[in-house]
Amino acid sequence: MIQALREHPALRLVALMTPGAFWLAVFFLIPLGIMGVISFMSRDAQGFPAPPYTLSNYQNIIRDIRFAPSLSLEGGLSIRLFEGLYLDLFWRSIWISLVSTLITLVIAFPVALFMAQLPRRYRNLALFAVMIPFWTNFLVRTYALQFMLRGNGPINTLLRSLNLEPIELLFTPTAVLIGLVYGNLPFMILPLYTSLEKFDWTMIEAAHDLGANTWSAFTRVMLPLVSPGLVAGSILTFVPSIGSYITVDLMGGGRTNLIGYSIAQQFSASVNWPFGSALSLVMMIIVTIAAVIYFRSSRGGSRAVI
Amino acid sequence: MASDTPIVLIGDRAEVAPRPRGATAKLRPGRFALTVAALFTFAFLYVPIAVLIAFSFNSARTGATWQGFTLQWYERMLSNPRLIDAAANSLIVAALSTLGSVVIGTLMAIAMERYRFRAQAVWDGLLYMPVIVPEIVMGISLLLFFASIGLERGLITLIISHIAFSMPFVYLTMRARLADFDRSLEEAAQDLGADEWTTFRRVTFPLLLPGIISSALLAFTLSLDDFVTSFFVAGVGSQTLPVYIWGQIRRGITPEINAISTVMLILSIVLVILSQALQRRQSSH
Repeated sequence: MIQALREHPALRLVALMTPGAFWLAVFFLIPLGIMGVISFMSRDAQGFPAPPYTLSNYQNIIRDIRFAPSLSLEGGLSIRLFEGLYLDLFWRSIWISLVSTLITLVIAFPVALFMAQLPRRYRNLALFAVMIPFWTNFLVRTYALQFMLRGNGPINTLLRSLNLEPIELLFTPTAVLIGLVYGNLPFMILPLYTSLEKFDWTMIEAAHDLGANTWSAFTRVMLPLVSPGLVAGSILTFVPSIGSYITVDLMGGGRTNLIGYSIAQQFSASVNWPFGSALSLVMMIIVTIAAVIYFRSSRGGSRAVI
Repeated sequence: MASDTPIVLIGDRAEVAPRPRGATAKLRPGRFALTVAALFTFAFLYVPIAVLIAFSFNSARTGATWQGFTLQWYERMLSNPRLIDAAANSLIVAALSTLGSVVIGTLMAIAMERYRFRAQAVWDGLLYMPVIVPEIVMGISLLLFFASIGLERGLITLIISHIAFSMPFVYLTMRARLADFDRSLEEAAQDLGADEWTTFRRVTFPLLLPGIISSALLAFTLSLDDFVTSFFVAGVGSQTLPVYIWGQIRRGITPEINAISTVMLILSIVLVILSQALQRRQSSH
């Protein structure tokens, strides 16, 4: 057999690819396929999938679509959810994920810029400081934030001892937003920094020589060139946000429901596997669309420079 | 191939060259403002972690008033058999899934980088997919899969699932390393009479080893950190550490959770130091 492998490159290719292809097909694609099939099934008395095949799970998602342009993140949203108004759920999830991505970007960009301009010695130190939360358990970090903000937590204990009004942030949509930003910040800083580190600062000088002011040098020269890091960081923030489970539970107490959390509920508290599968597939479509838009726009950005 | 080398070197040198000071000054609306913003962000990232560590040594059972230093939560942690079991499960799953994903992912990266074949772009896209798909979808689809083939949930399902989500990360890391690989070294070995296997064993593999080790560290961390997928595919008796911690948090905050979290934090810091040291060694070569 080894002889055959030596003589035929095509055989070698097959041998190299087979384990990966097998794993990808059997433990990624087939499970997604099964999920797809189950999303068209009915539920039995316990909530598990059973024939006959039906479209009703998808119909339940789009039923009652009415335009409710309320952008308020608060107020009775979870009650509406149980009446089957899933459009609100999806919209709220996308909205909160977009806002959290934007806030994360706005906070992360100055940090990455600061890091990229440090002398090499301090740069490694700063990089190290970002790597630690990057590699630290997400659950532990979110728990640490929750611990800080609890009613009888350190912040409120401190406020009370200073005779100030305690803050009640936890279990609100704002807390979810803070939790998402806190959790995702390292995943935004690191790719941004990687792009900015490679940035050739003489380009800015060239832009100024050609008559650009600081703002247009920033938007027309710097942003397009760092867009790979910007895109990577945004995807690494947006996708986990929309599917977030830990943050929604620990920071929002499950009261600010997002798609990911709602899907998990279909598989635990209120068992309805077929409906949960249908929700998962719709979420996957949204995430894929977001990824495609991002990739397209980044390619367009770099083309504009050339 | 060999003719590319000088250009690459010039590129490297240009990157290392010090930047002109005047150029950056014009894009610094305030270096001071940037510094302040960065310091605030680092404080935001680190204060909750530092507070958590501090309170793992607080003797108060509830609340956040300091009542004296104690190690009792660590003692209690070490004498908790369920916690020790969960930690052991986590280590077993992390070790075996790292081994699996590094072997599979590296072979895949070699195939994709060194060969040209039909539908290669499709494979490339497919290998990206597990990175983009939300974890919760991954966990649930695997749960549905294991349920429908009747495989009991336990360590086996955990290991299979962890390989499934970490293999693409190993693949992407190794693919990047292979793209930077100087193939003239292999050509030189073959010019000197080495056959393909010897070339691989004596030239290619040793050069790839640092990349393999850093992708192994990545896979190990991903496995050790994973909660969502493990939550769905772990059996009742095969909880991993994050799944166990989750259960404890749901029951209410205890200082013991702070102690466990502190230990996990220290473990992450050790892993970061390891990977950083590794990268520094590579770049100094």
